[in-house]
Amino acid sequence: MSALAKPLPHITGRPVPGVEKEVLAGLKAAFASKLKDAKAVRERLVEIVIDRADLIDVCTYLKNTLGFEHLSCITAVDWKDHFESIYHIENYYNGCMVQVNAQIPYDDPKIASLTGLWHAADYHEREAWDLMGVEYEGHPNLVRILLPEDFKFHPLRKEFAQEVDRQYISRRKLRGGK
Amino acid sequence: MPEFWINMGPQHPMTHGLWNMKVKVDGETIVDAKPEIGYLHRGYEKIMEVREFQKNVVLTDRLCYVSSITWSHAYCLAVEKMMGIETPERGQWIRVISLELQRIASHLMWLASYGPDLGLLTGLLWALRERELFLDLIQLMSGARMNQNFPRVGGVRNDLPENFEAMCRRSIEHFLEKYENEYQAIFQESKVFRMRTEGVGKITVEEAINWGITGPNLRACGVDVDLRRLDPYETYGEIDFEPQVWHDGGAGDSYARFVCRFNELRESCQIVLQALKKMPKTGPYRVKPPRRAEGEGYAKTEDSRGEALFYVIGDGDDRPYRVKIRSPVFCTMAATPTLLRGNKLADVVSILGSVDVCVGEMDK
Repeated sequence: MSALAKPLPHITGRPVPGVEKEVLAGLKAAFASKLKDAKAVRERLVEIVIDRADLIDVCTYLKNTLGFEHLSCITAVDWKDHFESIYHIENYYNGCMVQVNAQIPYDDPKIASLTGLWHAADYHEREAWDLMGVEYEGHPNLVRILLPEDFKFHPLRKEFAQEVDRQYISRRKLRGGK
Repeated sequence: MPEFWINMGPQHPMTHGLWNMKVKVDGETIVDAKPEIGYLHRGYEKIMEVREFQKNVVLTDRLCYVSSITWSHAYCLAVEKMMGIETPERGQWIRVISLELQRIASHLMWLASYGPDLGLLTGLLWALRERELFLDLIQLMSGARMNQNFPRVGGVRNDLPENFEAMCRRSIEHFLEKYENEYQAIFQESKVFRMRTEGVGKITVEEAINWGITGPNLRACGVDVDLRRLDPYETYGEIDFEPQVWHDGGAGDSYARFVCRFNELRESCQIVLQALKKMPKTGPYRVKPPRRAEGEGYAKTEDSRGEALFYVIGDGDDRPYRVKIRSPVFCTMAATPTLLRGNKLADVVSILGSVDVCVGEMDK
């Protein structure tokens, strides 16, 4: 923990071994009861599961205290009974990545926006809204980005059917069999 | 003078693809900008959900057709992480070689388009001429010049051909000679080129990180971040190389971005030569992946344009349940208004050319 508490050094561009344990301990100490699940998956990767209400607190802590300055990616996943908004946040000082899974109920797909912390969240959240229909509250300009403005659906949801649910041609059929 | 909006695109020589940059100008000065993207949206993330893991490599090849292997490799790596398998050592070295050859080809394509952007048509002809050398090498290795379908889940499609090492050395030697003597002269030592690029399109380190700019564009701000070294994948950990970072102050302009990419060409050549020397001469290059998989895996790699991230979820079927593609250009595009504000209208081309836009991966 001592390495984390001190002011952060300049970016060396090299990984720090064993950093995932320190980050995990730091997160557990700060948000003991709020973490539904927390584990170090592999080298330089920590994964935590939280409720959507704690998102801003956890991310503020990650950014301002632990030095996770780079928001790499925001993914929205449709699990059929609930949504998940997954944040990949990266630390340039030691190469560690934290994956934050925030759970969202299906009938109320809303979660707080991270645009106040990272500008990078702007486009990612617009994309997630566009394709998955998760509403990011507090986003300054939550409009469609990839699809046309008058598009009526959120196509990445599982209820939005494709022409086939399995692109597969059997070899027997190709040879002329049944 | 009244302010008004100008469309640069969707059909404009500057865009190198299909997207629209709206700029608001006051006389000659840009006061605001608004990128409009999505013209090339093909719904990759959705159509990948009905195809088997291996078949998706054909799609990821076409995400960015000038650097196919890097994208397919990122996808394969993410799927391997999910399945919990690892490529054999020789396969990893072959991947490193193919990635670096692809990076050189991609950077040369960028150079070929950046030259004419600034009125330097010789740059186009020379860079495309040398790019052909590397496409030939890639063809020798994988059978195709573009859209190679070369990386496999669990390895690569085939072993290196017999005389590949000698061919590689010959091409790289030839290229480096041109690089040192001709390229430096028409680009870096040209006064006109430097006047067009120096001091335009500046961005500070804090803003660049906050906007999620990655890759050579971030290193041009003086941040020493290269995922090949910060989070080593494949056998990059065993290779001795130096990420190309701008150290000379006044960072973050078009010229710094140019220099970082330009120097990466030479660095990639060194990596290829080193890999050819260090790799085991025989051995398996591929393992058989399981047909079905459950779990999640992500991989982030240093693409030619920045950080490429694939996040794959499997639900126990032979197809992915959800695939997420993080495109570096998509994030850089969000920051372009910051890059453009305060510059002259004529410099838009110089700035957007230097960030290396690829519409295929941006729109997914």
